[in-house]
Amino acid sequence: MDLNFRPEYKDFRKEVEAFCNKWKGVYFKNASNSPLLDLTSSGSNEGNKIITRQKWQKILIENGYFARSIPKEYGGFGGENDEIKNRIIASEFAYHGIPSPMSGQGIDMLVPTLLELGTEEQKQKYIKKTLHGEMIWCQGYSEPNAGSDLASLQTKAELIDGKWIINGQKIWTSTAQYSQMMFCLVRTEPEAKKHAGISYLLIPMGTPGIDVRPLIDMTLKAGFNEVFFTDVAIPEENIVGKRGEGWAVANATLTHERGSLTNPNATMSRVNALIDRMKEDTINGIRLIDIPVYRDKLIALQAKVTAFQSNSLRVLSAKLNPGQDVKMAGMIQKYYGTELRHELEGFAVDVMGELGTLYEDSPLPER
Amino acid sequence: MYFGLSEEQQFFKDNVNKFLNDHASLDIVKKIIDNNDLDIKNEIANGILNLGINSLLVPEKYGGLGLDLLFAAAVSQSLGENVAPFSFAGSYVMAPIALSLGGNEDQKNKYLNSIVNNKMKFAVGFSEYIAARNNFGFLFKNNTVSGKSIFVLDVENSTHLLIADEAGQIGVININDKNIKLTELTTVDKTRTYFEIQFEKALVDILEETKSNINAVTRSIDAGRIVLAADSLGASEALLTKAVEYSKERKQFGRAIGSFQAVKHMCAEMAADLEPCYSLVWHAAHCFDNIPDESRLMSCHAKSHVSDVSKVIAKKATEVHGGMGFTDLMGIHYWFKRIGVNRQNLGSPETIREEAAKIQNL
Repeated sequence: MDLNFRPEYKDFRKEVEAFCNKWKGVYFKNASNSPLLDLTSSGSNEGNKIITRQKWQKILIENGYFARSIPKEYGGFGGENDEIKNRIIASEFAYHGIPSPMSGQGIDMLVPTLLELGTEEQKQKYIKKTLHGEMIWCQGYSEPNAGSDLASLQTKAELIDGKWIINGQKIWTSTAQYSQMMFCLVRTEPEAKKHAGISYLLIPMGTPGIDVRPLIDMTLKAGFNEVFFTDVAIPEENIVGKRGEGWAVANATLTHERGSLTNPNATMSRVNALIDRMKEDTINGIRLIDIPVYRDKLIALQAKVTAFQSNSLRVLSAKLNPGQDVKMAGMIQKYYGTELRHELEGFAVDVMGELGTLYEDSPLPER
Repeated sequence: MYFGLSEEQQFFKDNVNKFLNDHASLDIVKKIIDNNDLDIKNEIANGILNLGINSLLVPEKYGGLGLDLLFAAAVSQSLGENVAPFSFAGSYVMAPIALSLGGNEDQKNKYLNSIVNNKMKFAVGFSEYIAARNNFGFLFKNNTVSGKSIFVLDVENSTHLLIADEAGQIGVININDKNIKLTELTTVDKTRTYFEIQFEKALVDILEETKSNINAVTRSIDAGRIVLAADSLGASEALLTKAVEYSKERKQFGRAIGSFQAVKHMCAEMAADLEPCYSLVWHAAHCFDNIPDESRLMSCHAKSHVSDVSKVIAKKATEVHGGMGFTDLMGIHYWFKRIGVNRQNLGSPETIREEAAKIQNL
């Protein structure tokens, strides 16, 4: 066991820390334009740090806190990939409550795919705009009858006179209503076997024949959409990989999928926020933190999140030390993180009692 | 940066595993327990000691190997995995740490050297310091002690007794002292033994440093907790492996029961719950030697969390085995019960979580 990082990382952490202190309280003036942007707004507008989301994205890239290893010519920082630095950035940002870079299907999934499998033209055309938040993407995978069994999808595209003509329907399409582009799986080879008949197309959302219908979810917001295609025509070159290779292209993308739920430091920040709250709020004059039942559950959750942090260090170690086999440790992160977060947020609601049921736009009783 | 067991630690762990596989299969463990066969039990204990287990944590200055706690955690994992009929946490982890930190030079020379050459073995009775149940606590007075310690670890084959009073002072008592009375307790876990010990003005050699500070007793308890967590971790690993194997062999409705999602998901959940426990225990053991600021809290988290996870795994793994799960023939209960006793030793999860809260000034 060696948990020491080389001295340069100490300096790097200091640098990131200084950046975080400088930008504490940064606030986005276009935060309400899209749920994507809402996700990471910091909620405080003190200190005149109101900027646009795109500007923030640019600042992060210039400092190397986002798109670190993506070449400059495609709009990235152009540095080397460094897992430890990535960790330091994520943990300092989480600790200081600094908004993360924009995320979304385009940044998280399409960009890595294009870097790996896209043509030079596609890289030039899409990566920079996507990274800089100027081009929002949605992912057209799921269909009403193709969920877990994704490869049974039926939306079809036929090549007619140098254009793909697309007909069919997608569902669960996050952010489709705000997107300029969609990367989409369609059936192009109806005669081929299930997995071999799929192609990966890039579809401009402004093309005639596309109908986006928001799906209102339990938060009463449209987190998802249904997208209908009627004779939608797009250029032949808007394909990644070859005809019938879409399944492999999509799988290359899936390995890049990430989520904040797998970041144990963000979860620990939530625990710390809850502890602060429990020190302030009282029931019958007794601080919540002093009520044994809550106290015990809180520490049990803290222990579980600590275990998650340790597990994550082990996963990091395996990335840095080729040959180290961590078997299950990497595989469980998404599941474990999701369950843990559910447990934690559920406990937080219980601790707050009736106040825990208030919706985000409700007035809060003064303390 | 490297997170995990080193090659040497893995080697140590594998050695213990191999020895136990060769000499202490479940059949043999059962034989020892059913017939109270102390000869085989001692043979196994000697075999384990020959691997160097006794001197693992004794500083080199006193003839030991001077290794860090992660070695002990790795060894303990193997002991739990094999439900070894061998008591480790008290005599070979808590005792050397308590003596190293609490003793003056004379005491260290006398006691630590004797642990290394197997002339002395220490039982450990710290329960009253952790939480004095029903007022069973005691205080040393003029180098004597009266009262009782109700759950003393590793008494078997011990020559001396290491007890902590309510103030955190640690004292050594000769096990042959006429003024103490030993009563063997019968717990659900028959692989290890526990005693209640009564003292009536028994003579105590108080470890010099512990008269002025509680470092020795808290460090010793922290280490004991980590090692017990490792024991439960190993036991849980064994149970999960057994459950998965059984679910692949056992057929019902013409197919392996593991092919049913109800069973398969239960196994996957056990795996997901257990996996971070390896990291937590190793991390806590690493902090014990290298990151003192985090050490106490990590030890609390490791013991309480692994105890909770192990309890659930003991239950689910038994369920996967259906009715066979609670037969003596299958023997799942040996791991089940070992986990049950580890959970209470050196503080139940609730007791430890309260300590964890206090450590953080909450």
